[in-house]
Amino acid sequence: MSMNKKHWIVLFAFGLFIYACKKDHPVKEEIESWLGFVKPVNFPDPEYKFANNPITKEGFELGRALFYEPRLSRNNTITCGSCHIQSSAFTQHGHDVSHGIDDRLGTRNSPPIMNLAWNKAFMWGGGVYDLDLQPIVPITTHEEMDENLENVLNKLRALPKYTGLFKNAFGSEEISTAKFMKALSQFMLMCVSSNSKYDKVMRKEAGMSFTADEQEGYTLFKQKCASCHSEPLFTDGSFRNNGLGISPINDQGLYAATLKETDKYKFKVPSLRNLQYTAPFMHDGRFLSLAGVLEHYHSEVQDTPNLDPVLKQGNRIGIALTQNDKVKLTAFLATLNDTDFINNKLLSEQ
Amino acid sequence: MKRIERILKVISLISILLMVTSCAKNNDVTPEFQETNLAPLSVEFDNIVGERTLSINNTGSPYKNLAGEAFTISRLQYFISNIKVTTAEGNTYTVNPDSSYFLIKGDDKATRFAKVKVPEGDYTNLTFTLGVDSLRSTMPIDKRTGVLDPAAGGGHEDGGMYWGWNSGYIFFKFEGNSNVISDDVNGDPTGKKQFKYHIGFFGGYSAPTLNNIKVINVDLRTAGIAKVRKDRQSNIHLFVDVMKVFNGTNAFKIADKPNVMFDDFTAKIAANFLQMFKHDHTEN
Repeated sequence: MSMNKKHWIVLFAFGLFIYACKKDHPVKEEIESWLGFVKPVNFPDPEYKFANNPITKEGFELGRALFYEPRLSRNNTITCGSCHIQSSAFTQHGHDVSHGIDDRLGTRNSPPIMNLAWNKAFMWGGGVYDLDLQPIVPITTHEEMDENLENVLNKLRALPKYTGLFKNAFGSEEISTAKFMKALSQFMLMCVSSNSKYDKVMRKEAGMSFTADEQEGYTLFKQKCASCHSEPLFTDGSFRNNGLGISPINDQGLYAATLKETDKYKFKVPSLRNLQYTAPFMHDGRFLSLAGVLEHYHSEVQDTPNLDPVLKQGNRIGIALTQNDKVKLTAFLATLNDTDFINNKLLSEQ
Repeated sequence: MKRIERILKVISLISILLMVTSCAKNNDVTPEFQETNLAPLSVEFDNIVGERTLSINNTGSPYKNLAGEAFTISRLQYFISNIKVTTAEGNTYTVNPDSSYFLIKGDDKATRFAKVKVPEGDYTNLTFTLGVDSLRSTMPIDKRTGVLDPAAGGGHEDGGMYWGWNSGYIFFKFEGNSNVISDDVNGDPTGKKQFKYHIGFFGGYSAPTLNNIKVINVDLRTAGIAKVRKDRQSNIHLFVDVMKVFNGTNAFKIADKPNVMFDDFTAKIAANFLQMFKHDHTEN
């Protein structure tokens, strides 16, 4: 009996010890760094069906490992992160078109991995409408990773690192297409950019307000840009022909996927967030700077088939922008840059 | 003699009796149609080329289409799905979609049967889809298992049937070689004289686009109805004549169209699919 009493005392002491440990730093840090997917208060409800793929810390960590895994490419040289670099808001800064395996060049500009939970369609020219199916495209494209999915899964199955990570994330060591895709989605869904100055002003965070130039730019933006680049994602997710001159390779955009005449030369409306880090611009990266883009809308829009009606109002083609408009718009667009996003350690290669 | 006659009489009587009883076994009563009373049925997709059997890469004796073009076949693969059977009384049974997707491969005889379970009954009509319906083409990744796994069969350049960049499945993949194919960009610039017909398009994910899904209806009354019973393996034997790709209603020359994948001409070829299937007989 006295032994039993002693046991209880020891157990109680252990309990106290564990309790004290829990209060300590590591746990606190972990809670701070892992909040899961949080919808920013100034954002609408996401499009992605989270019920089919609930985000967990372990699933996200597996997805992150896969995102930075060169075995996704034929000769184990290219990762998703090669063309989607965090410091460039997950684009391939400085490359007009993506630069993939064996120094091959694609035909389109690498788009940002950003706020994908709110995307209905993927790729500049559409064709993919489910984030869980998107990674197949770069993995199998000749100029990107030039690999097939079966080989990728077999390479991963041979590595204890991955059987372990899959077990952590999904409860078993089995590596299937669905689990692989879902893990990648979990990482990509966590790439949320919502901490720009604009967001803080909109959320009325303490002391945050636009300068006079930014405010004027915001007003101009709402008049001249917001019909396609709608807030707060700065894209309405639609496909439109914005009057770019037809490229030498005659990239017909959405038409290639739908074969509908009315889709010729339509490309997905990109977000205007993080422009500071994501030049060059447009589906083929033809404009090196924002100034080039603004000039396009002001004076270079061409009346090609299916030109968007908003760029063809009255007798004018394009959007009239004075020099002053351009300065103010540029000031406003700079408030959409999100340094937290490009520096978020959680999203970096570990 | 009389004795012999009597013996003969007895024998004939016995044999008549035997015949009658055995007949009764064959002419069994059609079972009552009950959705839960399932029995095996197979549909055999026996690939042929015009008047000849399918032989892969038979360069020694190539096939010849209506236009007189000699060709060989290196790959033939297609999806069969949504199998449905109907009795003379009009009772219809649709196989559960989860067990109703089959990838038939010309170079793998083991894949020629679509084996399903349907209620016991006498079936006069068979319906199936050549391709993958839009519901399955847009389903979540977890549902894409087995032959519908995007990783199955390697990439779409090999035996794979999934298109990544234009999300969907290739319904019908038909590849081969013909000397009529030019070596320039209108033919095969690699010089391999290869033709490739990858026919897909399920009608669009969010907005209607080209729909090449073909529903095939086979009347079984002429060549033999399927008597599905628990103690038997009824097999509907179909001939699938891939020569119809070239010689069907929308006949075309290989030299004119050696590669058809992502354009409106896929619809012309898909229309020819309707003529490919011929019911030869049923093994009951």
